[in-house]
Amino acid sequence: MFSGIAVFYLYPVASTAYYSFTSWEVFGGASFTGLTNYRRLLEDTDVVRALVNTVVYTGIVLLGIPLGVVLAALISRPGLRFSGGYRVIFLMSYIAMPVAIALVWRQMFKGDYGVVNWFLSLIGVDGPFWLGTEWYALFAVSIVGLWIALGFNIIILAAGLRGIPKELYEASALDGAGRMTQFRHITVPLLTPSIFFVLVINVIAGFKLFDLLYILLEPTNPVMPETQSLVFLFYNESFVVNDKGYGATIAMLILVLIGIFTSLQFRWEKRWVHYVK
Amino acid sequence: MKTSRIPLVLVLSALGLSACGGGGNEQSASEEPLADETTQASIDYAIWNAEQQPPLQKVIDAFNGTYPNIDVQIQVTPYEQYFTKLQTQGSSQTLPDVFTMNSLNFETYAENGLLAPLTPLVEDGQLDPSNYPQALIDSYTFDDTLLGVPQNSQTIAMWYNEQLFAEAGVDTPTSDWTWDDLRTAARTISDELGDEGVFGIATDLTGQQAYYNTILQAGGYILSDDKETSGFDDPASIEGLQFWTDLIAEGASPSVRQLADTPAPQMFNSGRAAMMFNGAWSVAEVQDSPVADVADIAALPQGEERGVVVAGTAAVVSRASEELPAARAFQAFLGSQEGQEILAGEGLGNPAFLESQQVFVDSAPQYNIEAFTDASEYASPYPTSGDTTAWNLLETELLPSAFSGDRPVADVAGELASRMNDLLAAEAD
Repeated sequence: MFSGIAVFYLYPVASTAYYSFTSWEVFGGASFTGLTNYRRLLEDTDVVRALVNTVVYTGIVLLGIPLGVVLAALISRPGLRFSGGYRVIFLMSYIAMPVAIALVWRQMFKGDYGVVNWFLSLIGVDGPFWLGTEWYALFAVSIVGLWIALGFNIIILAAGLRGIPKELYEASALDGAGRMTQFRHITVPLLTPSIFFVLVINVIAGFKLFDLLYILLEPTNPVMPETQSLVFLFYNESFVVNDKGYGATIAMLILVLIGIFTSLQFRWEKRWVHYVK
Repeated sequence: MKTSRIPLVLVLSALGLSACGGGGNEQSASEEPLADETTQASIDYAIWNAEQQPPLQKVIDAFNGTYPNIDVQIQVTPYEQYFTKLQTQGSSQTLPDVFTMNSLNFETYAENGLLAPLTPLVEDGQLDPSNYPQALIDSYTFDDTLLGVPQNSQTIAMWYNEQLFAEAGVDTPTSDWTWDDLRTAARTISDELGDEGVFGIATDLTGQQAYYNTILQAGGYILSDDKETSGFDDPASIEGLQFWTDLIAEGASPSVRQLADTPAPQMFNSGRAAMMFNGAWSVAEVQDSPVADVADIAALPQGEERGVVVAGTAAVVSRASEELPAARAFQAFLGSQEGQEILAGEGLGNPAFLESQQVFVDSAPQYNIEAFTDASEYASPYPTSGDTTAWNLLETELLPSAFSGDRPVADVAGELASRMNDLLAAEAD
């Protein structure tokens, strides 16, 4: 067991940490360069921009949690017909390949003939070139990320809803609570363990943004430098520019950031997550 | 204690052998043996274009006519992973015996001594560099040594749509066109047909397709001959960049954003652009498009002079190959007239072998393919240095703001040149 962990997890992490202190030539042969890569990391405006983009993307994707709670509650109403069908439909966005999803959305976001701008034109809005304009491109990528995450959130949250004892609803109904009161005071609080789970998963997934961005924009897109994520920057430095030492440094930054955000979430968990005793 | 001597002897002889190995590298290339019809070997041949696999199999069959005992195995890796994989193989001394190289990555491999020189083949008369465009020979020469056999020659020419020219009442391009002719025609077409969403010209704003050519036409340069200085801030180079900024500003070309959204070939192939600069590889695509019957080709217009970049892939041999004679024999065959005509006959682009280019011309007789092949005469090599990718990324990052008019072209060109010079200086260290 331990040797497996050592070979497949500890060794790669440790060697990435080591290479982050080296300059790695194209054909191997890493030479130790101390803190050079880290000094460069601190001064690199591309890293700052990629971090901002990653945080903005993750923030927008997290809107899928409240949205998911509402939709999960709607499709879990007792007596709703085709509730299984709804679940399947929402799960589609999660089981489809991100690359396929991105290719379809790319057509929808086209500035001239995209269906998104066609809808906007119906309400008199002249849509931008979504994937060719700074910030709009990041927003477009985030919307697709949100759409994918939503399917996952709904399934987890709907499963969480099933775990809430029915008696609580019956008892509160006797006490005169309406649907909205029940939703606020029973459903949401008792769903917090599931909400906590999707929050942790969504934040980690948000920090790993790469494939959607790559396919929606393509690496040669002129707004890519303003839209790239941390993982995209890591890919570019490691495999396009071939500066694998610096790439490893960016990978370490991503690792540390995900570690910090996840441990903060676990620390704050006790303040708002209620488990059914 | 007799037994302990044996290991000592082994160690000593091993040391002696490794010393010989070190000396072996300096051995004159001409003493290396070449393959003949009795050579028995099995070699790997790595390529990235899966479309080439069936025609290349035909090339291998023809090769086996001369060398029946050399078995060639094709390995296809998609371009996205091709060079990542080669790097790993290069690090572990397990490169394929023969593999496809492009000018973008060539120097990295040449610099690190991973490629076998072609000197023995040239000295033996199996390969004559004068059979290929000089610019391509230059592209694959490092330290005065030829290291790759050019396989194809990708020049740039200008497509135009006769129907759109007729609708706008403009005379179709000729190969004598100047920049002014292009500008006037593009503006008129955008004015006349703009309501239908048609632009005078659309070209993907990459170096190879767009601005490297116009920089050369303006009399500028991208990289100095010693590969130490950027030419982007040269006044003539700035004019070559300004060419595209002006076309966009006048509405003759789609904006940078529109082109990011819909690549130029899509616009041309759907009849929404009357002109397009594109490479020899685009013939097959246009031929299959809705505008196939109304499209034709002219040479790129002239600025101060004629100018075009040429790039092409080459077949290279790993220096560490254990089957060097067999690998070299196959490499020579890939560059031979017979080998290149098999590929060209399959419509896979313009062969590098000059006398074989007629095969490419004949492959699409309805078009003026000579616009591509004639360009070989004045073509310049696609600019590369040891770490081309690094400054290519700078171009992608900076130039869009020049083309869109957000920043003055001269400012962007100045910033690009100074940052590129820093990279080139770091390369030299």
